[in-house]
Amino acid sequence: MSTATHAFTDSMTMLRRQWRHMLRYPTLVLTAAGVPVIFLLLFVYVLGGILGSGIGGPSGGRDTYVDYVVPGIILMTAATAAQGTAISVAIDLNEGIVARFRTMAIARVSVLTGHVLGSLTQTLLSMTAVTGVALLVGFEPTADFVEWLGVIGLLVLVIFALTWLSVALAILARSIAAASNMLTPLMVLPMMGSGFVPTDSMPAGLRWFADYQPFTPFIETLRGLLMGTPIGTNGTLAIGWCAVIAGGGYLWSRKLYNREPAK
Amino acid sequence: MGAKPMTTDHARPAVTATAMRKAYGEHVVLDGIDLDIPAGSVFALLGPNGAGKTTVVQILSTLIRADGGVLRVAGHDVVRESDAVRAAIGVTGQFSAVDGFLTGEENLLLMADLHHLPRRERKRCAADLLERFDLVDAAHKPAATYSGGMRRRLDLAMTLVGRPRVIFLDEPTTGLDPRSRRTMWEVIRGLVADEGVTIFLTTQYLEEADRLADRIAVLHRGKLVAQGTPEQLKRQVGGGHITLRFTDPRGHDRAARTLDVMARDDDALTVQIPGQGDVRSLRALLDRLDHASLDVDELRVHTPDLDDVFFALTGNPVAEQEPTR
Ligand SMILES: Nc1ncnc2c1ncn2[C@@H]1O[C@H](COP(=O)(O)OP(=O)(O)OP(=O)(O)O)[C@@H](O)[C@H]1O
Ligand SMILES: [Mg+2]
Repeated sequence: MSTATHAFTDSMTMLRRQWRHMLRYPTLVLTAAGVPVIFLLLFVYVLGGILGSGIGGPSGGRDTYVDYVVPGIILMTAATAAQGTAISVAIDLNEGIVARFRTMAIARVSVLTGHVLGSLTQTLLSMTAVTGVALLVGFEPTADFVEWLGVIGLLVLVIFALTWLSVALAILARSIAAASNMLTPLMVLPMMGSGFVPTDSMPAGLRWFADYQPFTPFIETLRGLLMGTPIGTNGTLAIGWCAVIAGGGYLWSRKLYNREPAK
Repeated sequence: MGAKPMTTDHARPAVTATAMRKAYGEHVVLDGIDLDIPAGSVFALLGPNGAGKTTVVQILSTLIRADGGVLRVAGHDVVRESDAVRAAIGVTGQFSAVDGFLTGEENLLLMADLHHLPRRERKRCAADLLERFDLVDAAHKPAATYSGGMRRRLDLAMTLVGRPRVIFLDEPTTGLDPRSRRTMWEVIRGLVADEGVTIFLTTQYLEEADRLADRIAVLHRGKLVAQGTPEQLKRQVGGGHITLRFTDPRGHDRAARTLDVMARDDDALTVQIPGQGDVRSLRALLDRLDHASLDVDELRVHTPDLDDVFFALTGNPVAEQEPTR
């Protein structure tokens, strides 16, 4: 077998290993889906009435707000899942098994690829669950079949990018607690973008940040696909951000992983 | 298990090192180590805590890089041909390297997959190893629930998947009870006898090196202060000694003056005299004691062991070896 086929089979082996971990210890999976659901219910039922009127849809109120907030909540799932990934990578690196992998003739990066692909499937599942709850509380997307495919494509890109980034940060952090903390800002980003309220309602400095951070194009593109709002340049921006973050995260992870283990 | 050709590569060296060096900042851990280990033999690297045993294993198993030196394992350069080295070795590190989330069987199947064993063979390989390491009952429990000894056994079983030609074992029996330790020794001997594998093991137990190894090297302050067969090392120390304990101080004092003593302990009422444990010299000693009407409470024969070797080589008891950091 060639190196490339080895890299593929080894990555698949590592992916199966990740799936086993998830099935056996689903806590991280449940947290990744649970936190966004809590935020969804909180924002829809506690704040939704007022925020909906503020956003000023035709009817205003809670129903308008559900449709506005769901794209942000779905992307928040990507962020909570990325935190889960970072924690499981950090746990793994602290286990002896990774030292064993390093002394074996396997495709080096396959351990990390396994994590990323595992997180990808897991996060898509969490997002499906979150979307299910959203539909139950009155979310009414207007997307047709092609737009739904676009939604899935966009989400895969975003998850892929954030996961590679979180893998790099986890290797950098080394300890489990530090890995978890390092990813916390990622969870706040959807809120400091257009996820929960339009950015033009924010004070100037924050608004500037919100307009230029990657979550805003992610959210605007997703909202456009789901609800038919205008996407404009956000689609291109979102794909660009994903490519940069994924590529950077991948190269950085690989470099950090190939560095000598520090005991 | 894997179908690698069973070449008889005896006589050829399995591990060689010339001037292996490693420092962590100012702290020189390995200061020019030379090794030459023939294939199909057991080599024991002996040293107290912090001597650098794990560092040597990590370097030879491609986990970390040496600062200098020419190193070859299984015929390949450790730095330039690290993948070829990795394909030939198996490593059981000092700390458990099992996946705690997976069951024992799943751990072994994971190894089989990573060695790209054919589908049917992987099941059989896992079943064989579970059997051999007495893990059949625990095969379907997560490894996180295993006792230390079971974990260690699983660890070694995982190392054997893929039939490595050179196996590194970093303190394979630390933390094992006497029975498990003996089982581990038998497994190690079996590997060498049946499959011609080369074993590089580290240990703090002098007895273990004595029992298992064809050759022993003693690591002290970054250098190998002795290298040879267990017998050669023991010879360096000279003979053993006999300890006699007396019931009363008067007898003790008289014995200390009549006999040719190496050392005396006035509190314990003991004297040590040089001598072997063979029947003839013991009889001669007993005759002398009878003749002098010395009333001996207890007689102990101390054959030289590697503790004595260590003492003779470094002038320190083992416990004082750990470098101050
Ligand atoms: N990553 C590291 N950074 C700094 N110092 C290190 C590192 N790894 C090992 N050392 C130092 O190198 C020395 C040798 O360590 P090593 O683990 O090889 O010893 P050892 O003989 O295996 O000891 P033990 O019997 O306790 O396992 C120690 O003094 C240790 O502090
Ligand atoms: Mg050690």
